[in-house]
Amino acid sequence: MAARSTRRRDGAGGASRRVTLDGLLATKEIVVACGPGGVGKTTTAAAAALMAAVRHGSKVLVLTVDPARRLADALGLDGIGNTEHRVPDEAFRVAGVKPRGQLWAAMLDTKESWDALIRRYAPDERTRDEILANPLYQNISGRFVQSHDYIAMERLHEIHSSSDYDLIVVDTPPTRNALDFLDAPERMADFFSSRLLRWLIVPYRSRLVNVATRPFYQVADRILGTEFLADVSEFFILFQSMYDGFVERSEAVSRLLSDRRTTFVVVSTLEAVPLREAEFFAEQLTARRLHLGAIVLNKVLPDYLSDPSGTVVAEALRDRADELAGALAPVLAGATPALGDPIQIGRVLAEVAESYLNFQVVAVREQEERASLAVVPDVLATVPFFETDIFDLTGLLRLGEQIWG
Amino acid sequence: MPSLTDLRLVFVTGKGGTGKTAVASALALYASQRGKRVLICEVDAKGDVAGYYESGTTGFHEREVLPGLWAMTMDTEASLREYLKLQLRIPVVGRIGPLAKAFDFVATAAPGVREILTVGKLCYEVRERRYDLVVVDAPATGHIVGQLAAPQAINNLVKVGLIRSQTDWMLDILSDPGQTGLLVVCTPEEMPVNETIDLAHRVRTQTTVRLAAVVVNRVLPELFGRKEEEVFDALGTPVALAELDRLVQGEAGPVLEAARLAVTLRRTRSTHLDRLRRGIDPSVPLLYLPYLFNRSHGLRTTRQVAASLGEELGD
Repeated sequence: MAARSTRRRDGAGGASRRVTLDGLLATKEIVVACGPGGVGKTTTAAAAALMAAVRHGSKVLVLTVDPARRLADALGLDGIGNTEHRVPDEAFRVAGVKPRGQLWAAMLDTKESWDALIRRYAPDERTRDEILANPLYQNISGRFVQSHDYIAMERLHEIHSSSDYDLIVVDTPPTRNALDFLDAPERMADFFSSRLLRWLIVPYRSRLVNVATRPFYQVADRILGTEFLADVSEFFILFQSMYDGFVERSEAVSRLLSDRRTTFVVVSTLEAVPLREAEFFAEQLTARRLHLGAIVLNKVLPDYLSDPSGTVVAEALRDRADELAGALAPVLAGATPALGDPIQIGRVLAEVAESYLNFQVVAVREQEERASLAVVPDVLATVPFFETDIFDLTGLLRLGEQIWG
Repeated sequence: MPSLTDLRLVFVTGKGGTGKTAVASALALYASQRGKRVLICEVDAKGDVAGYYESGTTGFHEREVLPGLWAMTMDTEASLREYLKLQLRIPVVGRIGPLAKAFDFVATAAPGVREILTVGKLCYEVRERRYDLVVVDAPATGHIVGQLAAPQAINNLVKVGLIRSQTDWMLDILSDPGQTGLLVVCTPEEMPVNETIDLAHRVRTQTTVRLAAVVVNRVLPELFGRKEEEVFDALGTPVALAELDRLVQGEAGPVLEAARLAVTLRRTRSTHLDRLRRGIDPSVPLLYLPYLFNRSHGLRTTRQVAASLGEELGD
C-alpha cells in the first residue's frame, strides 16, 4: 500500500482553509458527490477519483450514474454495465501521467442491481422467479425513480464491504430532490415494515375489514379494480419474504453514510438557482450530522472579469472605438495590409468591449454569490469555466488539479 | 402544425440545469401577454415557478399571479381528493387521511398510479376549458416519459375499475397533436444535447405525445464574422496590444482575453448545436434563446425570456 500524503498545502487562494481536497480524500474511504443537475457532478467525481489514484497511489473506484458518452469511453465504461472495470494504463499514458495507484470505474445499472438484490435475498428459487416476473416488480426496478437512489446506496455498501478499494467516489443520481438518496435506505425499511403493507397482504376476500380500513378497501377497489389489488397483494406477499434482509441492509447503508470514513462533496455552479439548492443540501447534511467535506464550484468565470481596472479599459474601448481604431489602423496594416480598415477595427473593439462588460455582470454576481455562501465547509474549491468539454483523462486531470488544493 | 401557443396543453421538460422552469414560466407569460388565459402547473413541487414570477408561494388551488396567468403546484394527494369528489362522487372528506396514506403506498409500488393523477388533473383542466392553455413545468428528461406514458401503463397494469375507464379520454387529449405538445429545453452542451436526442427517440417510440419543439437555451452571441476575427487576432499581437494599452492607458489584455473566451465557448457549443440539429427530426423546430448576461432570476428575467421566445415563435 502506498503511503498517503496528508501534507497541508497553502497554495494560492487556499491559505485560509484548514484542509485541501488532497488532505480530505487521503483520510476518507467514501466520497459522495452530490448537488443539483447540470453542474458537472459526474465529471467532478471522476476527476477527484483520478487525482486520488494518481497522487495518493490509492486503489480508487468511481461509481458513476450516467456519464457522457465520451467520458464513459475515456473511462473504458462503454457497454460494460454493472461490473467494475480498471481504467487501462494506456489511457494514463495518453494523458501523460504515470499513476501510482489504480483507477477503477463502474456504472450503475438500476435494473441489473435490483435483480442481483432479489437473487441474493429471495428465500428460494420459486419466490425469486415469481418476483422477477411480477409486473409490479418490473415497474419498480425499471422506472421507479426512488429505486435509483436506493440502489446507488446499496451498491456502495456492497462494494465497500468487499474492502477491495482504498477509496470509493460515488456520483449520485439526478433526483427531483437532491436529498432523496439520503432517505432512500430508511424509506425502503419503512416500506417493508409498514402497517399498511400488512393491510395489503391480507388475502383480499378474507380480510378482516374493520371500521377504519373499510373505506380504503371500498375506494381502492372502485378505483383500481380487484385484479390490480390482487397483483399488488401478491407482490407484497412475495417481498415480505425478504423483509429481514432488506431492513437489515437498509440500516447498514444508513450507518455507512454517517460513518466518519464517509464524506460528502457538494457540487454546484455559482448560478443562483443551483447554488440555492446546493446550499440547502449542505445545510441538510449538517443537520443530519453527515460530514460535509467540500463544496466544489464549477464553471466559475475568471477573476480578471471582475477587476475594476478592466471596466475602465472596456468602457474606453466602447466609447472611443472609432478614435482608437483610427490610431490602430496603421499598426495593423503594417503587419497585414488587409486588416487596416478602421471601420472594421472599430466594430471589433466595440464588440470586444461589449462582450467583456456583459460577462463582467455575470462574474460580479458570481463573486457576490460566493461571498454570501451560507455554509462554509472545510474545503471550498472553484473550477474555472473551461472553454472546451471534458471528455478524457487529460481534461479530468486539468479539472482535478484545480480542485486538489 | 399548430403554433406552440395554439396548443391546449404543453409539457416543458429538459435536463436539470438547462432552464426548464425558466422557459415554462416564460412560455406561460408570453401566451398570457397575447391575451390567452393560461394555467402554469409545476409538477416537481420545488416552488421555483413562484420565484420566476416573484409571486409568493403557489399551491394546488390555482392563483392568478399576473393578469391572465394562473399558477398552481401539483399535489397528487389533493388531486386524488379532487378526483374522487368530482369523478367518482365518493364522499371521502372525513376519510382522506388514512386513504391518502394507503394511496401513497400503492402509488409507491405502482408508479403509474401517481403519474396518472398528475396527468389526469392536467387533462381535466384542458377538458374543462377554463383555460386556453395549460403549461406544465414537467419532470426532468429522465422522468418525463414515465409521466406521459402513464395512461398506457395504467391500461396495461389495471384491467378493470374506474381508473381504467378514465384513461381513454386522457389518451385522446394527449395523442392529439393539435392539442398537446412536448417542449424540450436544452443547452448547447454535450450532455443536454445527448439527452435531448435520446428523449426525442423515446417520446416517439414510447408515448403518444408529439414533440412540438426544442428550445435551445443560453446561446452565446456571435461576436465576429470571419474577417473581423482576423482583425481581433491581429489586435492581440504584442505590437498592437502595446499600442492599445498605451492609447487607453491601461491593460487591454484581459478585455481581449474575455472576448477570446466568448469566441471559443461559442465555437465549442456550435458543434453540439450541429449534432442536435442532425439528431432531431427536421420537422421539429428549434427555438433559440440567447444567453442572458445575468445569473439571477426573477420576473424581469422571465419577461426577457418571454420576449425572446416571442421573437422565435414569430406569431
